[in-house]
Amino acid sequence: MNARFRSLLLVLWLACGGTAFAQGFAGLGTDAEGFAMPQPGHVFSFPQDHGAHPDFRIEWWYVTANLSGPDGTPYGLQWTLFRSALKPGEAEGWESPQVWFGHAAVTSATVHKAAERFGRGGTGQAGVTAEPFEAWIDDWHMEGDLLGTARLSATGADFAYDVTMRAAGPLVFHGQDGYSVKSAAGQASHYYSQPFFEVEGTLTLPEGEIPVRGTAWLDREWSSQPLAETQSGWDWFSLSFADGDKLMGFRLRDAAGGDFTSATWIEADGTTTPYGDGALVATPLEESQVAGRAVPTRWRVILEDKGLDVTVAALNSQAWMGLTVPYWEGPVIVSGSHEGRGYLEMTGYEAP
Amino acid sequence: MTAATLGALASHWMRNRVQFLTLVVGLALATALWSGVQAINAEARASYDAAAAALGEGRLDQLVPANGETMPQERFIALRRAGWLVSPVVEGRLRAGTSTLRLVGIEPLTVPVGAAASAALANTDLAGFLEADTLMAGPEAADVLRGALPNPVIVDASIASGTVIADIGVAQELLDRGGRISRLVVSPVQPLRQRPLAEVAPDVVLQRADGASDVGRLTDSFHLNLTAFGFLSFAVGIFIVHGAIGLAFEQRRGMVRTLRALGIPLDRLIVLMILELVVLALLAGGIGILLGYLVAAVLLPDVAATIRGLYGADVAGTLQIRPVWWLSGLAMAVGGALVAAASALWRLSRMPILASAGGRAWAVASGRGRSIQAAAALFLLAAAGGLAVMGAGLVAGFAILACLFLGGALALPLCLAVILKTGQDRSSGVLPQWFWADSRQQLPGLSLALMALLLAMAANVGVSTMVSSFRLTFTGFLDQRLSAELYVDAAGVDDRAALERFLDTRADEIQPILSVETELAGLPAELYGARIGRTYRENWRFLAAEADVWDRVADGEAVIVNEQLSRRAGLGLGDRLAAAPGLALPIAGIVGDYGNPIGQAIVSETLFRQAYPAVSAARFGLRTDNPEALRRALVDEFGLPSSSIIDQAAIKRFSLSVFERTFSVTEALNVLTLAVAAFSILMSLLTLAAMRLPQLAPVWAMGVTQRRLAGLEVLRTVLLALLTAVLAIPLGLLLAWVLLAVVNVEAFGWRLPMFLFPLEYGRLILLTLAAALLAASWPAWRLSRMAPASLLKVFAHER
Repeated sequence: MNARFRSLLLVLWLACGGTAFAQGFAGLGTDAEGFAMPQPGHVFSFPQDHGAHPDFRIEWWYVTANLSGPDGTPYGLQWTLFRSALKPGEAEGWESPQVWFGHAAVTSATVHKAAERFGRGGTGQAGVTAEPFEAWIDDWHMEGDLLGTARLSATGADFAYDVTMRAAGPLVFHGQDGYSVKSAAGQASHYYSQPFFEVEGTLTLPEGEIPVRGTAWLDREWSSQPLAETQSGWDWFSLSFADGDKLMGFRLRDAAGGDFTSATWIEADGTTTPYGDGALVATPLEESQVAGRAVPTRWRVILEDKGLDVTVAALNSQAWMGLTVPYWEGPVIVSGSHEGRGYLEMTGYEAP
Repeated sequence: MTAATLGALASHWMRNRVQFLTLVVGLALATALWSGVQAINAEARASYDAAAAALGEGRLDQLVPANGETMPQERFIALRRAGWLVSPVVEGRLRAGTSTLRLVGIEPLTVPVGAAASAALANTDLAGFLEADTLMAGPEAADVLRGALPNPVIVDASIASGTVIADIGVAQELLDRGGRISRLVVSPVQPLRQRPLAEVAPDVVLQRADGASDVGRLTDSFHLNLTAFGFLSFAVGIFIVHGAIGLAFEQRRGMVRTLRALGIPLDRLIVLMILELVVLALLAGGIGILLGYLVAAVLLPDVAATIRGLYGADVAGTLQIRPVWWLSGLAMAVGGALVAAASALWRLSRMPILASAGGRAWAVASGRGRSIQAAAALFLLAAAGGLAVMGAGLVAGFAILACLFLGGALALPLCLAVILKTGQDRSSGVLPQWFWADSRQQLPGLSLALMALLLAMAANVGVSTMVSSFRLTFTGFLDQRLSAELYVDAAGVDDRAALERFLDTRADEIQPILSVETELAGLPAELYGARIGRTYRENWRFLAAEADVWDRVADGEAVIVNEQLSRRAGLGLGDRLAAAPGLALPIAGIVGDYGNPIGQAIVSETLFRQAYPAVSAARFGLRTDNPEALRRALVDEFGLPSSSIIDQAAIKRFSLSVFERTFSVTEALNVLTLAVAAFSILMSLLTLAAMRLPQLAPVWAMGVTQRRLAGLEVLRTVLLALLTAVLAIPLGLLLAWVLLAVVNVEAFGWRLPMFLFPLEYGRLILLTLAAALLAASWPAWRLSRMAPASLLKVFAHER
């Protein structure tokens, strides 16, 4: 439909008006429009925090999974539910200011399929409930227990998947106990993950149904100001290494110069070490032409403190999410000081 | 020096005001024709888009309540959660002050592409639309709303007038229909998996969007007609501008010679002349655009009425100034003028500095180009032939048109030269011999104007033939296919026998429409079972049929097939077709079936029910004298939703009126094109008049009176116009053939029979002759009244 209409909505979500000054009122806990602001020292409480936080402007439930077919063929899947509030709070029916959108994708070395859905809160078309946990938009679902067993499903015009996720480890909190700083000016979000899912299920692709097994990673994040005004996009890595350790790292690119990086080293038992700006170094090694633009699809990622120096390469360089707001997201293969696999998300790469 | 040169150039116009006038008026008229057609075209397109957007759901499948006017909103949620990509719509009449508007409530996040309001939504932002209970409407409805409701109103001209668009929540509140929706629009792209409709929402019915396709095809043809006319008028315009500029330059040859002899460098002279030309072209183009606006304003109410009739939706009948046709008009004037000047300037620059600037030298110079022109004409005509045989696609169709058009125009002077030479060879006597020879001598000077006339005539013949052929074919087709007054969609009716019993007493004739999709002669096709009554017998026209076709079909002894099936399977009358397993019947009739992509066969209802006992009629055609009463009875007494009843008679009336109005617009444009062509003849004659004095003066000196000479001048122009008109008819018919058999096939996928309209062509020839007569009479009148001294001067002056 009208791409402009929807992209306005998403631009609203991505840019949030660049109100960096609002951070100055952080002590009051709200910004100029009445949205709640992330607070350091927030004490998470579950299951409530698995659910929606309608007083914050944006929020997501973000699942990526690295899978293998019966013959070892690598696959990846993505399931994301975004919430974006036009104003704080929730209301019944069409009055609800909450807008939801879902993104789903399946990727192999040669195929990449993506779909999106839109919906309004308040009517039951889309939403998240904490207990019992259910996140849905239309017929796309994530439901069950995030520390036990949950089901994940989505369909597009030419693909579908239906998998079961089994938690094999604890929840993990990024930054300072889940308060994750996003820029030198102090923009931040509440951010935790469940990176220890074991997955089993079925992918449906045009060539038929494929039974798959693998691992999945859930990210939960909410905020009211994700980016500073000059930040043009991000490169986000979630890597799982053969020895059971994991790394979450991101690089926020700044048009004014100087990138902002952040990372969390997750040991196999869930013990975390947070790293602030500068510890993680991510350097593009090779770019691919994707959807008429150059996107880095091979990276060198270094975290000196943990002796990490790896090359991260896209399984499929053409994993372009050609949706209303386009971005790159796909499975990656890790080699070098550590072997493994993971997911890479890159936003803000504009076509010339 | 520059100023002096400019002064000299300008002084030419001061001394030849008539010529200046003809140049400016010629350019202005050509621009007017072009921009007028463009304006009508642009306006029509914009109006289509608005109307199509307002009624866009007609082109998408819909889920409607099986009973009643609305369904609970929960159906929307249930269907979405079962994988159905649907979007809710609530619709109703909204009272605002003293008027009633149509309020359409939509859900902006799920509304599919091409649905109502998607064009308008593209121009607005979500937060404003959702949060402030905003209404969107066209300018007129917006004024009404502002006075009557507190809601903010966004004006959007793309919304059909009388329609208001709002968020579904706002609309439900304004219509007092909280939690209810009127229908669900089904997105054309659906996910891989979804639960069956009957399981999720058993009380809704899927309504396929096929009902709108007939109207869609009709509008497409109207559109094509306008596009073709815009294309043809552009070509005519180019020729006219070319003629006007070319002649103006030729006429100033003497002055150029003098200026160059005085020492003005050639390149500076050419730059200054180009500059002068651009200024003139902009002036004339500006006037032309204003004229075009007037033309469009006069013709546009017809176009607006056409669209209103077609969609049953209000379309603003006022013209909006669109930059597209402003710019294209000016570009046409300047571009055409420069293209025309290029050849004239090139020839000027190649002319020896002291060459005679007389008309004869010009004719000789043109004569040299004749072989090149002949080669170009032959090449273009051959290319047209080659493309017709080998080309494919709409582009090839239009390329054939272009080749024919240009090739025909270039071939005209050659054809005329041959005819005039023949005339000269066969004539005896001094004066007739001189008449023919002088006509030949004049041909180069008039050829551009005559080419314009040829193209105008050919375009008229071509477009009239196409439109009339369309009209005849479709009238017949609509009469036979939309013969019933009402159609009832019974897909949502459980007890169809009860519906039939209900209808039995109320309708004059019931035609259950029984059909299955099947394979006939190895091709995908539809088999229809028809209850043969007076409707079929009276209305259906066959491309080929046996005498007692309906009796034989009614008795179950024969079958009728459509043209597509007959052609593809190579079946003719009398051949046997296996209509169903164990049922092979001879073909007794073949019908035209315009727009249907697949084959079709029709057997009697009895045979159909025997072959497919499980199939029951999903639609009924109803004959009645009072469709409104029957419709009301169906809704009020039988409880059928009104959206299931289609007033087919109204659709037919609209469809037919489209052609009447298209025709009147085409006719008006025809007259205008001819008028412009006539003006270009007048212009050429006026320009030639002065040059021709040296040729006329000796004839006059030998005793032919000025009156007689003037008479001969008129006769010659009329003769040339007649020859051109006669040559234009085959060219026009070729154009029509390309439009009907190539462009139409590519654009719509079926070929229309071509009908000939000799009377119409005769009328056009008379009109052309009248135009030529009118164009020739003023120069002739001036010649007859010329002071003899002017003629005498020819012998006194060295020219």
